[in-house]
Amino acid sequence: MSGHVLRIEGLRAKVADREILQGVDLEVQGGQVHAVMGPNGSGKSTLSHVLMGHPGYEVLAGSVTLDGVDLLTLPTWKRLQAGLFLAMQYPIEVPGVSLEDVMTESFVAAGRVNEPVRELVAAEARRIGFDERFLSRPMNVDLSGGEKKRNETLQLGVLKPRFAVLDEIDSGLDVDALRAVARRIEAATNEDGLGVLAITHYNRLLHELKPDVIHVLSKGRIVATGGPDLATELERTGYAAYGGPDDQTESRPLAQNPFAPDPFADPLA
Amino acid sequence: MTAFTDVSLPSESEEVWRYSRISQLDLGAFAPLSDKRAEEPGVPAALQAVVEACGPYAALAVVRNGSLAHVDMADPAVEIEAMAGDDADVVAGEDDVFTRLSREHALDTVAVRIKRGAVVERPVVVLHWIDADGAAVFPRLVVHAGEASQAVVLDHVSSPSSTSALTAPVVQLDLADAANLAYLNVQELGPSVWQVAYHVSQVARDASLAASLVALGGDYARVRADSRLAGQGGTSNLLAVYFGDHGQMHDFRTMQDHVGPKTTSDLLFKGAVQDLAHSVYSGLIRVRKGAAGTNAFQTNRNLVLTEGAHADSVPNLEIEENDVRCSHASAVGPIDEEQRYYLEARGVPSDVADRLIVLGFFEEVIDRTPVEGLRPRLRDAVAAKLLRQTR
Repeated sequence: MSGHVLRIEGLRAKVADREILQGVDLEVQGGQVHAVMGPNGSGKSTLSHVLMGHPGYEVLAGSVTLDGVDLLTLPTWKRLQAGLFLAMQYPIEVPGVSLEDVMTESFVAAGRVNEPVRELVAAEARRIGFDERFLSRPMNVDLSGGEKKRNETLQLGVLKPRFAVLDEIDSGLDVDALRAVARRIEAATNEDGLGVLAITHYNRLLHELKPDVIHVLSKGRIVATGGPDLATELERTGYAAYGGPDDQTESRPLAQNPFAPDPFADPLA
Repeated sequence: MTAFTDVSLPSESEEVWRYSRISQLDLGAFAPLSDKRAEEPGVPAALQAVVEACGPYAALAVVRNGSLAHVDMADPAVEIEAMAGDDADVVAGEDDVFTRLSREHALDTVAVRIKRGAVVERPVVVLHWIDADGAAVFPRLVVHAGEASQAVVLDHVSSPSSTSALTAPVVQLDLADAANLAYLNVQELGPSVWQVAYHVSQVARDASLAASLVALGGDYARVRADSRLAGQGGTSNLLAVYFGDHGQMHDFRTMQDHVGPKTTSDLLFKGAVQDLAHSVYSGLIRVRKGAAGTNAFQTNRNLVLTEGAHADSVPNLEIEENDVRCSHASAVGPIDEEQRYYLEARGVPSDVADRLIVLGFFEEVIDRTPVEGLRPRLRDAVAAKLLRQTR
């Protein structure tokens, strides 16, 4: 255990006049892996964007602290520097801007000026199996869904946050990519004491990541918390017992890219 | 010096001047240079960096205040000469008051000839320098790309920042059959210079033109660019980057004029405005009777970076033939919030994220400009403007 703590208390947030998070309480310790599961529309993606400070979401109440630092008053880029990373469900294409440019500017802003960005990026690319040809290409442009998720994981490896929120990182991934991503994250939890909040729809990721704690999010609240057995139970029974039919249509978050692969498709299908 | 008398300027009520600032032009504040002055030879000190960035050149011409002042020809396949200002065999196309003034008052027409069949790999560098305060300058540049020749021409236009002047350049690009010409116009005029430019290109059978405009300077800086695809199988790729700040106005009027069959034109103009700057893009794809098999594309994208800045985008199609493929797209808007969020989520501060996004936006064009050595200068100029942004 690294002694770091990400603490979410009474978090309420709305998007477009609709209150999505209705009081979320959650605490993750460094080195732990927590999974947040829940039916569509339960607020899983909203939670990830509220934590990172997406401009489309408004916090109504509650607090989020990382080692006691109030994240909600910080701009997004300072939340990263405070130690929080979000691997996005739909990584955004940024034409003309390379991964190296972004990592370099991030390091400059964090005062990590003596670290060899190019070498770190190349090393992480090899580790995650991300083709080095992509490194000089514009960010996420023309990458497949799986490559985008490897790219997210690569950036996690380079930036070395204390906590990582993984928003459906398993969607759009083939088996090999899923394994590579999960192995890299697992290594970070062991080597660097990374704390993980994995938001997921599927158990598949959890088989790879082996979470310590499972939370069920329903209608904007954590309604159940338990050990790994809870995931197994959910797999069998669905979310009906937790106040949500699991075929409910998810409200479309602002960040949703209409051209992204179907978020609800089974990637194994 | 003769002042302009009995010259009546057009007004914004004419479609081709709509959105412009032409009525604010005080023609009386400028006077044409009545005859050639003894211009200094050599490269102006301020432009040494441009010449160095270009690397070894095939030929170099320095045009000071409209007079050809210096020529250095290194490649025998390229000839540069000055012709009388009103030489009649050049510059076809529509007349307006500025092209008429050009014919009347031009001191030199600079002709660049690329020999037939020649493959000229190094760029032909033409530097237009305007430092005569209060002058109205009428530079004329004609590039003849001989049959099946291949060449790159840089046309760099600039002035000291203190100079107040009016320039009305006329540029004609003539591509003979199967010629391949890359033309790059970089406009870095000072903030008190008005430019009203007319560029016309004529693309013959199977010839290929890649014309790029980079507009950074000027007070009001206009380019009207007509590309006439005259011969079967001709191609024009038309690119532009423009970035206005303070009270600048960049104004582009383009025409992709398809005359010959199976001709292709592809236009991509990308601009940004900040502070109180204004830009106009108005473009017409014209497919004439007989230009069957035409492919014509036109894309104009604009970033409006601050409140108070404004961009107009007006695409138009005029098609008189059936068997054609045409498309146009235009967009005006702020920096994409999702892109900014994504970069911020990686620890990049907001203003740096914006700078990366704007540079990335322009990179699509800058990366395709033909004089590679000059690209860092263009990127630096864009970055410097972003840093000067007044919020």
